[in-house]
Amino acid sequence: MAVKQISIFVENKEGRIKKAIDTLAKENINIRALSIADTTKYGILRLIVSDNEKAIEALEKDGFIVKENEVIILAVPDEPNGLNSTLEVFDEKGINLEYLYAFVSSKTDEAIVVMRLENMEKAIEALDESNVKILDEDDIKNL
Amino acid sequence: MFWNEKAECMEKEEKEKLQLERLQETVKLAYENVEFYKKRFDEIGLKPEDIKTLKDIEKIPFTTKSDLREAYPLGLLAVPREEIVEVHASSGTTGKPTVTAYTQNDLDIWGECIARGLKMAGAEKDYIIQNAYGYGLFTGGFGIHHGGNSMGAITIPISAGNTQRQLDTMVDFQSDILTCTPSYAMYLGESREKAGIPLEDINLKAGIHGAEMWTDEMRKRIEVSLGIKTHNIYGLTEVMGPGVAQECDFQNGMHIQDDHFYPEIINSETGETLGYGEKGELVLTSLTKTGMPILRFRTKDLTSLIADKCECGRTTVRMTRITGRSDDMLKIKGVMVFPSQIEKALLKVSGISPNYMIHVTRPDILDEVEVKVEATKELFSDEMKEMERVEKQIQASIRSETGLRVDVSIVEPETLPRSEGKAVRVIDERNFD
Ligand SMILES: [Zn+2]
Repeated sequence: MAVKQISIFVENKEGRIKKAIDTLAKENINIRALSIADTTKYGILRLIVSDNEKAIEALEKDGFIVKENEVIILAVPDEPNGLNSTLEVFDEKGINLEYLYAFVSSKTDEAIVVMRLENMEKAIEALDESNVKILDEDDIKNL
Repeated sequence: MFWNEKAECMEKEEKEKLQLERLQETVKLAYENVEFYKKRFDEIGLKPEDIKTLKDIEKIPFTTKSDLREAYPLGLLAVPREEIVEVHASSGTTGKPTVTAYTQNDLDIWGECIARGLKMAGAEKDYIIQNAYGYGLFTGGFGIHHGGNSMGAITIPISAGNTQRQLDTMVDFQSDILTCTPSYAMYLGESREKAGIPLEDINLKAGIHGAEMWTDEMRKRIEVSLGIKTHNIYGLTEVMGPGVAQECDFQNGMHIQDDHFYPEIINSETGETLGYGEKGELVLTSLTKTGMPILRFRTKDLTSLIADKCECGRTTVRMTRITGRSDDMLKIKGVMVFPSQIEKALLKVSGISPNYMIHVTRPDILDEVEVKVEATKELFSDEMKEMERVEKQIQASIRSETGLRVDVSIVEPETLPRSEGKAVRVIDERNFD
């Protein structure tokens, strides 16, 4: 099952990322995972937060461009080859990975990985056939 | 067919002789009566007698809009105040307005020029002209009005606005000719369709439209929605108002009333005079006005001149559609670029028109151009690959529109500078010293 992530466009200017984070903090929105992809000019801030709707509204009000889209969140065993065996599932089906970022939770030994794949539908199908653990919205809330 | 066949179909030699005589008179009048012109001439040691041929006009310094502003309101009169009967002014979006003052004779010339244009649009004495140009300081309303009077046609001074009344008037009076800005004509056409008034219920035959830039696409829409033939009209307050030039039925360039206004095309950077067919800035000199004669006024409008006799039989020089303003033009790496081209290129990529800014620098000896584009939801993606693709697409689109390779930067919304609410499109930081 896919989970919704939000992405924010931030220019590589001092204080822009902080400003986005501050905006979320002011609305009491929790950030569960975060990653930044950047060039010399701008970055794409990707976030898993507690309340997308509220987050988007607050960010847009502060002038940010925000997009919501689907990602897959997986729990990967914290052991050598843990991530590799997961990625193999996609390789076998020829599904390309767009990006991924990981974080750890204090409540589990597993590494939590956020992934965006070229073909989300096919990716979910592939995972369903494997024994990889996909996390849903409720799982995320409890992390 | 012609309002003034003698003037409009005059042979070249005779026309040039007339133009020279009138130019010499105008120069003398300006030099002897207007402090501003006398000073300009004296500074370079030029005397009215030095104007011996039409080509000698190139010796006369240019007059600019800021010269007119400095003379605000009535500093450039060449006749005693009691001879002035009317004034008009152009709106001052930047600084003070520029004022033009007319003697009765000047108004008669204006009326004559407009009457020639009305005739080009097919008007007769019994025609009803629905004049939906604004009446006021703006020259549109009164200019057409004077022309209607000169012709002896029936002018309805309805002015701009009140669309319902415009439509009612079209139907009730069976107006023959509509005069207004092209955008208002388009709006009236759409309003007619919306109101469900069949084309058969109106009797419009022609439209005379100007005072703003319009495209062929707009022309088609106006012609279809009102069932008329449209005629592009040109003029500017600083010189007289509408009627300096207008299209005939062949819609192939606007006939300049060149027995009253002498046109030149110059290279807007060097001031050098260009030949027929070459594109540059239009410069106009009045040949018959006496209230406020104007010598070599830089219009900033970019066009080119056609010397050949028109299919309609008129021999007056024609000017092509205005394609831009010289003050908007940028010369980058030797290439002429208009901000409108960048806008067009952006529109092709995203289907939306984002806010943008052109930043030109010359870090070393070569120009560098950065086009900053404010991000929109449509342009933004969570994938870097996609963002890079959009940038490349914008780059390619600008390249095919302008021939320039530019650096594209997507920036956050509402971050590009705006001045008085208007977007600043160009920042040129090149040092030309
Ligand atoms: Zn013609």
